Amino acid sequence: MTLRLMLAFASTLFGVAAQAGEVTVAVAANFTTPMQQIAKAFEQDTGHKALLAFGATGKFYAQIKNGAPFAVLLAADDETPTRLEKERLTVAGTRFTYATGRLALWSKLPNLVDDQGEVLRSKSFEKRGIYKIAIADPKLAPYGAAAMDVIQRMGVQTNVMPKLVQGESMGQTYQFVSTENAELGFVALSQISIDGRITQGSAWVVPQSMYTPLKQDAVLLNAGKDNAAAHALLKYLQGDTAKAIITRYGYAL
Amino acid sequence: MGMNLSAEDFQTITLTLQLASVTTMLLLLLATPVAWWLAHTRSVWRAPVASLVALPLVLPPTVLGFYLLVALGPNGPIGQFTQWAGWGTLAFSFWGLVLGSVVYSLPFAVQPLVNAFEAMGSRPMEVAATLRASKWDAFFSVAVPLAKPGFVMAAMLSFAHTVGEFGVVLMIGGNIPDKTRVVSTQIYGHVEAMEYSQAHGLAGVMLVFSFVVLLGLSWFNHRSTSHSNTRHQKAGA
Repeated sequence: MTLRLMLAFASTLFGVAAQAGEVTVAVAANFTTPMQQIAKAFEQDTGHKALLAFGATGKFYAQIKNGAPFAVLLAADDETPTRLEKERLTVAGTRFTYATGRLALWSKLPNLVDDQGEVLRSKSFEKRGIYKIAIADPKLAPYGAAAMDVIQRMGVQTNVMPKLVQGESMGQTYQFVSTENAELGFVALSQISIDGRITQGSAWVVPQSMYTPLKQDAVLLNAGKDNAAAHALLKYLQGDTAKAIITRYGYAL
Repeated sequence: MGMNLSAEDFQTITLTLQLASVTTMLLLLLATPVAWWLAHTRSVWRAPVASLVALPLVLPPTVLGFYLLVALGPNGPIGQFTQWAGWGTLAFSFWGLVLGSVVYSLPFAVQPLVNAFEAMGSRPMEVAATLRASKWDAFFSVAVPLAKPGFVMAAMLSFAHTVGEFGVVLMIGGNIPDKTRVVSTQIYGHVEAMEYSQAHGLAGVMLVFSFVVLLGLSWFNHRSTSHSNTRHQKAGA
């Protein structure tokens, strides 16, 4: 019995060791926290190790084009992976949407943001103590473009535009609001919530019908073509464990 | 390489030059007394103050920018002061960038001045004092002319370093056209948005500018040292 257990244990160990590999992943900055957890679970479940690099999708694009050794890209949009695909820098047929981002209007101050976003219709922002509204640069970040969609759809450009300040990424936009240098800001729901609860301040979770869907695509890059760990990770991202973590952090699937 | 400079690119160039000019002027005013003190004091505070002034040389701009962002915010010490003074908060404004640039380029203004004042020695001021020149008079009519190469170098380095500033602006600027969007952040935006040809245009301008400034400094240095050498030779002869 003991012997058999030991043998079973050894074979498991051996089995894992035989196929344990490493995969280098470029991860969009907004997906940092969930990905760290997914990588941990992935390592426990498969024995493969995922080395994560976090950053702006545009920067990853430039690096991948110039030979960066990333095997997998988890982008902040669906455009960049599509573009890489067209440029034949990815393995055909491996692209899929791993998460759909959700936009929130957020303030560090309690009660400033109502659950309909009516605060954006304020006649005078100054009177309500609002001097700056942060968004991510619409040219660089899909969340920024989505925020512009919402502002336009609500027809509040005239009042809102002069108050806008732009972060170069979602991380920076979040920083502007969390240090209260901007009283209001459009951030990723994933940055301010856990298990469907806003962690601090006040927020309006913008209905998804008000902006172009924030599809975030994953793709296998040429460097990962023959990497078993890379293939396993892409499969794992579509499994239940990963999906549970992804939704926990405020993403839709 | 095509020069695809748009109207917005030119706007960032103008703003950058304004920022660098204002910063350089403020820095010369601020750095002169600090450098004078550092060059002459025997206080135990000399080493700590010199290290504090040199900090921006070694700290990553993101650290400076992050501290500034927190300090400028409504709950930070600078933010509390500016609100009390009725100026609101300074982040995302031209004057916020000026403040950040002054901190960031401080060592580049102070160090050449300290060197110049130290090289001058205490003789000229002592001679001026025996001629009954007041301290201020002696400073402006003796020390400043003697330290002129130091002032020129401090001004050129501060200006060039501010033009090349990126991390701090990125952290506290907010990328507002005509207010806080400078050349370096505009280049970054072009690169991130994959507009490589526009990025090339502006980056080229930046490269040429930086080279010309360094070349100018090099020439100026060479000229002023060879001048003082000939002066010494004449005096020796």
